[in-house]
Amino acid sequence: MIPAPEIDLVSLAPVLVLSVFTMLVLLMDLFIGKNKSGLVFISLTGLLLTAVSSFAKTDWPVRSFGGSYVVDHLSVFFTMVFCISSALAILISIEYNRREKIRVGEYYSLILFCTVGMIILASSTDLIMIFLGIEIVSLCLYVLAGIRRGDVRSSEAALKYFLLGAFATGFLLYGMALLYGTTGTTKLAGIAEAISSGQMSSQPLVLMGMVLLVLGFGFKVAAVPFHMWTPDVYQGAPTPVTAFMAVGPKAAAFAAFFRVFTEAMPELASSWDMILSIIAVITMFVGNLGAIVQTNIKRLLAYSSISHAGYLLIAIIARNSLGGSALVFYMLVYTFMIFGAFGIVILIGREGKENLELEDYSGLGFQSPLLALSMSIFLLSLGGLPPLAGFIAKFYIFQAALNEGYVILVVLAVLNSAISFYYYLRVIVYMYMKEPQGEFQITLTPITLLVIVISVLVTVELGLFPGPVLSLAQP
Amino acid sequence: MFLTFLTFLPLIGAIFLAFIPKHEEDAIKQTALAIAVADFLLSLQLYADFDTTTAAMQFTMDVPWIEAWGISYHVGLDGISLLLYIMTTMLTAIAILASFGIKKHIKEFMMAMLALSTGMLGVFISLDFFLFYMFWEFQLIPMYLIIGVWGGQRRIYAAVKFFLYTAVGSLLMLVAIIWIYFHFHKTVGVFTTDIMLITQQINLDMLQQKWLFCAFFLAFAIKVPMFPFHTWLPDAHVEAPTAGSVILAGVLLKMGTYGFLRFNLPLFPLASVEFLPYVCGLAVIGIIYGALVAMMQEDLKKLVAYSSVSHLGFIVLGIFAFNHYGLQGALLQNLNHGITTGALFLLVGMIYDRRHTRLIAEFGGLAKVIPVFTVCFMIMTLSSIGLPGTNGFVGEFLILLGIFQNHMGFAIVATGGIIFAACYMLWMFQRVMFLEIKNPENEKLTDMTPRELCTIIPLIILVFWIGFYPKPFTKTFDASIQHLITQVTPKDHQGSQEPHASANTDVKLAQADAGSSGSH
Repeated sequence: MIPAPEIDLVSLAPVLVLSVFTMLVLLMDLFIGKNKSGLVFISLTGLLLTAVSSFAKTDWPVRSFGGSYVVDHLSVFFTMVFCISSALAILISIEYNRREKIRVGEYYSLILFCTVGMIILASSTDLIMIFLGIEIVSLCLYVLAGIRRGDVRSSEAALKYFLLGAFATGFLLYGMALLYGTTGTTKLAGIAEAISSGQMSSQPLVLMGMVLLVLGFGFKVAAVPFHMWTPDVYQGAPTPVTAFMAVGPKAAAFAAFFRVFTEAMPELASSWDMILSIIAVITMFVGNLGAIVQTNIKRLLAYSSISHAGYLLIAIIARNSLGGSALVFYMLVYTFMIFGAFGIVILIGREGKENLELEDYSGLGFQSPLLALSMSIFLLSLGGLPPLAGFIAKFYIFQAALNEGYVILVVLAVLNSAISFYYYLRVIVYMYMKEPQGEFQITLTPITLLVIVISVLVTVELGLFPGPVLSLAQP
Repeated sequence: MFLTFLTFLPLIGAIFLAFIPKHEEDAIKQTALAIAVADFLLSLQLYADFDTTTAAMQFTMDVPWIEAWGISYHVGLDGISLLLYIMTTMLTAIAILASFGIKKHIKEFMMAMLALSTGMLGVFISLDFFLFYMFWEFQLIPMYLIIGVWGGQRRIYAAVKFFLYTAVGSLLMLVAIIWIYFHFHKTVGVFTTDIMLITQQINLDMLQQKWLFCAFFLAFAIKVPMFPFHTWLPDAHVEAPTAGSVILAGVLLKMGTYGFLRFNLPLFPLASVEFLPYVCGLAVIGIIYGALVAMMQEDLKKLVAYSSVSHLGFIVLGIFAFNHYGLQGALLQNLNHGITTGALFLLVGMIYDRRHTRLIAEFGGLAKVIPVFTVCFMIMTLSSIGLPGTNGFVGEFLILLGIFQNHMGFAIVATGGIIFAACYMLWMFQRVMFLEIKNPENEKLTDMTPRELCTIIPLIILVFWIGFYPKPFTKTFDASIQHLITQVTPKDHQGSQEPHASANTDVKLAQADAGSSGSH
């Protein structure tokens, strides 16, 4: 007899609230007229309520649905990060979409649907649920990447992402199937128990399942050698979507990655920490060295995001509670840095000319000092320069890893930080040290500007006074 | 609180400058200068209030900052940092005055200078690892911009090289800091990054000390810079604008030697003794190598830059002498180098502004055309050589005295460096100032303007003041040096070292020596 799992809708509240609002956006799109700003309002309200409702349960951790869904410290904090990143994504899209003439109705609902998937991903403790989350997120992203239908690059990005993504999903599913086949359960806790008590039917198959999971997640977080799609997709997708992809879905994939490996396979840590260490190191090096030669700002940021995946993997390898907190804190900070930087990329472009080459930034430093200063702050923060938030985030991850004794890994990561300064500085070189190519025609659109201002403030604030947020991130 | 105010005053000034319209160039210059001068004058109050009898930190302030990690905003000054602090405020004011002639983006330049000042001052007062690291990295950015935006032909290359060298070195130090953080928690049970507390209570074995020493050493050796990590320095100096070079030579390089004194020696005494031959070896190589390379330079600025490598070698040698004379000499020479080399860069900058070249071969016979300039240049040249009666003599004499006591071999080789210094400086001086006027362009040169004199005269006064009567300077760090020596000397070895009880009288003797030979 199969016992009916207890249903706990309250802990599912964020998912439910957001789904309702997503439907509402889809519906309203049909009824309101040409002016779609009402949709933005509904979306943002939905995200706000979602964030609030994630505190519906506070006696963490709350496990429900037969142990396949959990509300805990990690999931709540991640839900916050997702809501923030989706809200920022919507905000920087408004004026961009108007400029690039992108149809908005389904655009907003896709971002919201994607967010639903992300919340599920970060809160699931069951392989099936995790797979469900990944599919929701991926399908939305495939569409979002190709939403500029008329643009060849956008379509190429979508197709590439879809083909490779489908392939990776296959690997993931295969890995999950192997784990299920050997341990007889899809619950993370159950798998851990089966492994530790030696009740699995075949050790090699478990290991193979694990490797396939690394492959699948590696693709989702764009770790080397599964990163090939990133630069092309990031370059081709509309800029706000690129920013969104670099942050939200990646954070969600990392949350699931962290959970699966620390909760289901802590016993196998000795075998996966080696694999992940190697992947982390290669990822950092490929990302950073690749970024050095880029001349397109979006590609540069794409490679830089690859290298950041490498740093984040270190947090998983540390696999202590410090690692989990470091992961969420890093993603929170990363959200603001990335949206800020992409916000500026959007502002520098104008209709018909996106100005994405580094040369287009020549002389920006003295023509529009505040914009260039903000860009410098984001880039230096991405590089990890104190006293900016990016430094605190990196510091946190290095702490987590050093606490577990991964000295060499941290030393390599630190060297990579130094390499990364080279290309972040290159943008600054263009902005401050080269002569301008011509007059800048920058229209400071207010909402995008708002996103940038918020991002600057948070990046500086979390760098100087990270205390309160840090204590929130720590369980 | 006063110390915090002094440290952040320039940064506040920089933010204030942002609100002055771009075209009001005079107002911008004057405001920036006023802020810097005010900061300098106020910092003299620290000297007046400083208690020279104790090695403890003074003017301290300690408030919790990131409590989750046990990090606090802890600042203070002791004998090691006091004069460096005041020198920083002074050189900032001088550098700002010296750059009134800057043509482009004057507002941004002044803002960068003031922000740089806060970064540098912060490094010297930080008593918390985290805070120290923040300031240490923060000052890179303004300096990077100063070199990269207002520099010469190859400025971008030089700026990036400067930034990356320092960043690579300091990142390994960061790993060491985090490691110490956890180690301290494991052994003592507290999460803290307080430098004073950790220095007092940390317990490391030899192997740990060696690794950590290397991580810190790399960061500071790049900054000093010691051979073979010095290659960024000539590039940065040559490309930087005059003010940048002054600050670079006067303050930024001192951060390296300051780091040795504040971290390497007290935190890792065993490793310091163990690595002593290697460090001294590198220092001596730097002294000789820097001097030889300086001799072959055709560019005035490059010559001064390489002479820095040589001079800084002396300072490191003095630090690793581990005795009172050596450390006293090193600390004094820290100031001397800032004064003398800073002045030399100012002078080279003045002549470059007039002729737009720094090649020695282009000059000759300047003494007849611009006598005041020549006199100033001569004083600084002689001070750089270490002529008795100038500041350079006292510092180098004390250093050599210190190192002679412990390591005769290094001292003998280093003395050779002084002779080389005389060679390259005097030869350069002869070629630039004397001989016939070959180039008709040189006849049209104008002598120093009042503004330029204002930048040089304070430095000239200091040259002679320290040269004849160094007591007001050395007395500030005697107590701290004593404290440092007891920290470095392992307790079980103390018997074998010579007793330091009479050190104070020894110092007086040395000063008397310095004074009397100066008057010959």
